Amino acid sequence: MGYPHKPHAKETALLSKHFGDPDARTYKGWAKRGGYEAWKQAQTMAPAAITDVVKESGLRGRGGAGFPTGLKWSFMPKEKKKPHYLCVNADESEPGTFKDREIMRWTPHALLEGTLIAMRAIQAEVGYIYIRGEFTEPYAIMEQALAEATKAGVLGGHKIHLHRGAGAYICGEETAMMNSIEGKRGNPRIKPPFPAAFGVFGMPTTINNVETLAAVPHILRQGAAWYKAMSLSNPKSTGTKLFSVCGHVRLPGNYEVTMGFPLKDLLHELCGGMRPGRTLKACIPGGSSVPILNREESEGCLLDYEGCVEKGTMLGSGGVIVFDDSADMVYQIMRLARFYAHESCAQCTQCREGTAWTTKILERILAGQGKMADLDLLLDLSDNMTGKTICVLSDSCAAPVVSGIKKFRTEFEDYIAGRKQPVMVA
Amino acid sequence: MPDELINLTIDDVPVSVPQGTLVIEAAKQAGVLVPHYCYHPGLAVAGVCRMCLVEVEKAPKLQIACATTVAEGMVVRTQSEQAKQARMGVLELLLINHPLDCPICDQAGECELQDFVFQEGRPGTRYAEYSKRFNPVEDFGPDVLYVPNRCILCTRCVRFMEDLAGEPVINVSERGDRAYIGIHPNARLDHPWAGNVVDLCPVGSLLSKDFLHKARAWELDKTASICTGCSQGCNVTLDTRENVVVRVRPRPNLQVNRYFICDHGRLNYRWMNRGDRIEAPLVRRHATDWDEALSRAATVLRGAGGKAVALVSPRTSTEALFLARRLLARFEWTGAFQVVMGDEAPLPGVPDLALRAERAPNARGAELLGYSRDYAAALETSRTAAVVLVIDEPDAAIETAGTLLYLGTVLPESAHGAEVVLPIANVAEEDGTYVNRDGRVQRYFQAKPAPGMARPAWWVLSELLAQVDGAEHCASAAEAFDALAGSTDAFQGLSYAGLGAAGQGITAKAGARA
Ligand SMILES: Cc1cc2nc3c(=O)[nH]c(=O)nc-3n(C[C@H](O)[C@H](O)[C@H](O)COP(=O)(O)O)c2cc1C
Ligand code: SF4
Ligand code: SF4
Ligand code: FES
Repeated sequence: MGYPHKPHAKETALLSKHFGDPDARTYKGWAKRGGYEAWKQAQTMAPAAITDVVKESGLRGRGGAGFPTGLKWSFMPKEKKKPHYLCVNADESEPGTFKDREIMRWTPHALLEGTLIAMRAIQAEVGYIYIRGEFTEPYAIMEQALAEATKAGVLGGHKIHLHRGAGAYICGEETAMMNSIEGKRGNPRIKPPFPAAFGVFGMPTTINNVETLAAVPHILRQGAAWYKAMSLSNPKSTGTKLFSVCGHVRLPGNYEVTMGFPLKDLLHELCGGMRPGRTLKACIPGGSSVPILNREESEGCLLDYEGCVEKGTMLGSGGVIVFDDSADMVYQIMRLARFYAHESCAQCTQCREGTAWTTKILERILAGQGKMADLDLLLDLSDNMTGKTICVLSDSCAAPVVSGIKKFRTEFEDYIAGRKQPVMVA
Repeated sequence: MPDELINLTIDDVPVSVPQGTLVIEAAKQAGVLVPHYCYHPGLAVAGVCRMCLVEVEKAPKLQIACATTVAEGMVVRTQSEQAKQARMGVLELLLINHPLDCPICDQAGECELQDFVFQEGRPGTRYAEYSKRFNPVEDFGPDVLYVPNRCILCTRCVRFMEDLAGEPVINVSERGDRAYIGIHPNARLDHPWAGNVVDLCPVGSLLSKDFLHKARAWELDKTASICTGCSQGCNVTLDTRENVVVRVRPRPNLQVNRYFICDHGRLNYRWMNRGDRIEAPLVRRHATDWDEALSRAATVLRGAGGKAVALVSPRTSTEALFLARRLLARFEWTGAFQVVMGDEAPLPGVPDLALRAERAPNARGAELLGYSRDYAAALETSRTAAVVLVIDEPDAAIETAGTLLYLGTVLPESAHGAEVVLPIANVAEEDGTYVNRDGRVQRYFQAKPAPGMARPAWWVLSELLAQVDGAEHCASAAEAFDALAGSTDAFQGLSYAGLGAAGQGITAKAGARA
């Protein structure tokens, strides 16, 4: 659902509180709403003290991996021998994920403020905000906001550069992003060395997601204990999370809920449930890269890091893709595989060749020319593609395939046995 | 401490290696070659092909041996079921788009894809009924063709051009399975060292035009040699097929050329196969046998006195240069050589490696043995010399009142008037040594027989010495070198056997360059 609209009663609007309010976009409007107070506060604090607060809050990365943010910051060298960098990951290209876009569109200063606080915490003088190339409107808004903030003198000697994305999903992977910022092809790097030791331009670097950083000013202003208290299920998952819901629900859009919120309520209450006459069939809760849940699993899933793992999937980026009983899972999985085949950076053999082969097998099954043995082949291939490559794009292609065959095997078999009309895929 | 050794086991074999060693290198010490494609010891680690996956105890998943450094107590298993499965998986994926055109591929027989698939690949394919990626062959540069269908995208070629040649004209273009090696539209792969990409390519994707369809790898005999292209002294291998030199490739020597040679050296071999060679000794232009020719030359030398001049090619072996000097020791002696000069062309990524302006492999050896660079002065002296001895110097327009003795591979017009012409072997046809510009003495080995009655120059000169002075004949280059080392300060302490395959530097004092 587009903005402006009122939040649902069960939402906890923290980051999204001002979504839809153009006045909050401006520096003045933002200041009126308490903006840059946290930044002022941070400037009176020692870097390590800021990191400690964030550590204490339990904030974890919202970009996909869920790594504890304060801990990540603490990996940066304490004693400064080289320039430090912060890279803000605003490349948001994960299918089904569109939350960072709204943060930048409506509350650009929230991101700038979080960025400045993080920069102080890790002692970075330069920050790059790497914005997905197709995000032309968010880019213009960020540009405007940065100009206003600079003019208002809030940057305090810090330098923030906006960087247009290079048009590839893989540039959202943190090490690929660093290469891209350096002007190189966006290929992920092998680790070690880790970014905190050898990052962008070979200097100590921290990479954080937009949503992660947008939460930081709130934590500073209202305290770690307050943030930590926002947890409905597992205490290791704290705060609020934006979920981008797309697919077969009546009211797709962004919803902000407290960690541990039931997926069932998100879908059936906040999103208005399925279309008339339709029932839930499956759901991918964390962006396209995580295993698919069937209906039972979805309806029992609590939306936090641990709750998703318990159901055999991951919270990922919080992009919730919903399928009702009209969905053709074979087709949907083929579409996902094709995306990864298109986006593989081509470095790792398993990913370069495996994503494309997976797609071909799925296309052939859809065309009614599959064999039963293809299902085992897909599983074996997926196994080859998991846990063996530089980044997890390869694993991401395998995840929906493996979970899809496991949970919706009969749909594959129907095509193979000729029980279902073949689909010609372009 | 940096020189402390790290102990680990690889496939149950304990090894101790310096800190920072990569598992793939440590494995070699355990006698294990971990299959690999993107890794090359001469290039920066890329870790992209994922071929070298091995099991490391306590690690949550398989690790790439090429980017994992050793740790104390590490337990590596290259043959665990999981590791073997993973590598088999990579090989299967490398083959799905590969044309399998080995019967017409120059690389067949020395192809790392063939080798590792044979070793641990899947016997059949599961990639049935799908078409393979196709891209047409591209002309990359003066000596390089790119056959994209065979490419496994290991990026060795890209890293060489970028990191070592410093001319990043090729890259990985496109993404996913559409990827290929692209070349800048306005550039050519024509860097003076570009040909190395052909050797680096583990498959038949980058081919030398010069070697195209000349031979199958298994028809080649390989001989260790030294490049004669310049004074750098790069170690090379001469590949011969039926006694014809058909290819020159670099032979690794970390002290001299690492894993590389320049294109000038690579293509500088055709003269080794020349058909217009002198095949028999000549006395006053009449063909004869060695006995008569040697005794005629010995008579000349014994009967003459006063001045003698040796005009030598800087491609002459150190042994021959030494014996020639010794032969003329009874005269008032002058020796000289001249060097063809060209452009210097460094390989920027490797310190102290360049195609040197001096296009001569043994100028330094000649200098150390007292030969002068003042060729013009020597020619002047020749006018009044009693004997002028020439060793394979084609520019032998010599005017002399004395007698001309000519040792050569071919007979230039100017040498037609020689009293005696003695046919000698070229570098591919004899054993010997050269001294490179840094004073490193390096051996080259005989790759093919000399034509007709031609003999190594050191053999010819040693025979003459025996006849003139009653000296003992040297039966081998080794004996000649050891005699040299025993009597020449600069070479003191060296022995032919001790030079080994990698060579040795001359003594520091004598070796210090002027
Ligand atoms: C293929 C791939 C694409 C990714 N794309 C994004 C992205 O668009 N935005 C993002 O924030 N993180 C993305 N990530 C995750 C980042 O690598 C990284 O974990 C994250 O930016 C760290 O920030 P956080 O700790 O604040 O979550 C991606 C990861 C992979 C493997
Ligand atoms: S897994 Fe795929 S996208 Fe990631 S580095 Fe390897 S080839 Fe590139
Ligand atoms: S051309 Fe050869 S060296 Fe270059 S990437 Fe392909 S296989 Fe590797
Ligand atoms: S050889 Fe190790 S990843 Fe390529």
